[in-house]
Amino acid sequence: MVIQTEGLTFNFGSQTVVKSLSLQVPEGSIYGFLGPNGAGKTTTIKLLLNLLQTQEGSIRIFDLDFQTNRKEILSQVGSLIEQPAIYAHLTGKENLLNRAILLQISENRVDEMLELVHLTQAAHKKAGNYSLGMKQRLGIALALLSDPKLLILDEPTNGLDPNGIIEIRELLKKLVSKHNKTVFISSHLLAEIERMATHVGIINNGELLFQGKIKDLESISQPLVRIEANNTVDAANLLSKNGYHVIDVNDNYLAVTYQSKEKMGQINALLNKNGYTIYSIHKVQKDLEKLFLDITQTPNNERLYTIPTV
Amino acid sequence: MKGFILSLQSEFYKSRKTLGFWAAILLPLILTLLVFIGFYVKSEKMTNMPGILLWMRFSGAILGIMGSLLLPMFVIFVAYSVNSVEHKADTWKTLFSLPIAKWSVYSAKYLYALFLVILSLGLFALFTIGFGNLLGLLKPGLKFSEYHMEVMLLQVYFKLFLSALGILSIQFLLSLLWADFLKPMGIGFVCTIAGVIMATANWEYDFWFPYASPMMALKTMMPHTKGQNNSQMVIDIFTKDVFVSIVISAIVFIAGYYIVQKKSVK
Repeated sequence: MVIQTEGLTFNFGSQTVVKSLSLQVPEGSIYGFLGPNGAGKTTTIKLLLNLLQTQEGSIRIFDLDFQTNRKEILSQVGSLIEQPAIYAHLTGKENLLNRAILLQISENRVDEMLELVHLTQAAHKKAGNYSLGMKQRLGIALALLSDPKLLILDEPTNGLDPNGIIEIRELLKKLVSKHNKTVFISSHLLAEIERMATHVGIINNGELLFQGKIKDLESISQPLVRIEANNTVDAANLLSKNGYHVIDVNDNYLAVTYQSKEKMGQINALLNKNGYTIYSIHKVQKDLEKLFLDITQTPNNERLYTIPTV
Repeated sequence: MKGFILSLQSEFYKSRKTLGFWAAILLPLILTLLVFIGFYVKSEKMTNMPGILLWMRFSGAILGIMGSLLLPMFVIFVAYSVNSVEHKADTWKTLFSLPIAKWSVYSAKYLYALFLVILSLGLFALFTIGFGNLLGLLKPGLKFSEYHMEVMLLQVYFKLFLSALGILSIQFLLSLLWADFLKPMGIGFVCTIAGVIMATANWEYDFWFPYASPMMALKTMMPHTKGQNNSQMVIDIFTKDVFVSIVISAIVFIAGYYIVQKKSVK
């Protein structure tokens, strides 16, 4: 395990922000740390980096104890926490050079990083004048500068445009598959995590609700068929009678469990045949809230699945 | 040790474009330049003065402004500026997650603040000597060349530096803990005023209060004239208040490290 925590608990005053968290991040994985805003993701990450003092529980990174191996661990970790930490009065390149001084890294590597995150053109522009997406990319370049074995990224795609998001996603995938890195990435977007993660941990109100491989999550987070029709309630009844599992009905739309493309066609035909007007029919992912409901409704022993040792 | 040197190098690198760094150079330059201009314009009034008196007046004009208010405020500003670089950029979290001991990061930053104060006071001494000699050259009527006070000026500024150490440590810690500019600045300002009042009122325990030290240093040091002989001056660098300033500085510096180590990084 690259990251392993046991019973990690953290209180801000009387409020427990992280509750008895036991994370297991295997080597070579992209571990998606999923949870809504305020779930305790950033606090957990700060605990992992020893920016917050551990109150209860233990943290092991690369199978080493943080307290006694701080320098050794941190020399192999690159991180990006919340909004990127960038000196606004320095240029993008100077920001990287400053970090390169601290980590004793050559200027060539700085240029490589600028190239990697497509900031070569803007290298000599003041970082304070960068757009949010450029700052985020510079933050990622800073995290990657020391070529760390473990990357800890807190919502790295925040503020990026779709192209930027895809680029980062591809970059992270490449780092894991070709360079044998491990990536721990937090997000509040299920779809984003599903597209790149190999493992997932879901946190809500400081508690780990689910931990396991991505395919185990997929069995819980089944997509839905969302149908906009003229008479949703009657349409839902009809579909129920025909053996479809209706999840949600309101005045505007109804939703049934997605099974296959063919089934979706059959639903469409069935409703049409019975005189319903369909305005739209499409496949949607469950949102996080619904997913949480599902997870919390499944029996305890099924959901807290720990990853077998890799 | 390597981490400390790297951190110090980085402090130089990232602050060379900040006001905090340039203030250390511009403050002595502007102040001495203004006094220089004043003397240059009014030079005819001083043509008959002996060299020693000219130097006293010239350096005294600069020191008078520096010692009481400007030096404490400058130290407060320097302590703030080296920390605000990190507060503004939100970089404490990255500084403390580098594979460099927290102690190195902390002490390098402190030493850099100390360097800025030394730089500024050193430039004050240098510019005072330089502009004094320049006045003598430009206005041959002024007999600056009659007397030399280089060594004494260096002693004076060295004493001022030592007397400011207590303020530096306290303000450094306050600025590190609070991102807000007003808190350390406000506290520093109130304490400086209190210090000036204490020192001018000759309160018997004023030497315990580090914010009073620069003013006291100047008061006790302003060249004493002994009897009729004007050329004899006594500068006692290591007075009680200077010792207190050094001791407080060391205690707060070490205590600050333990506070930083225990502190959570926001």
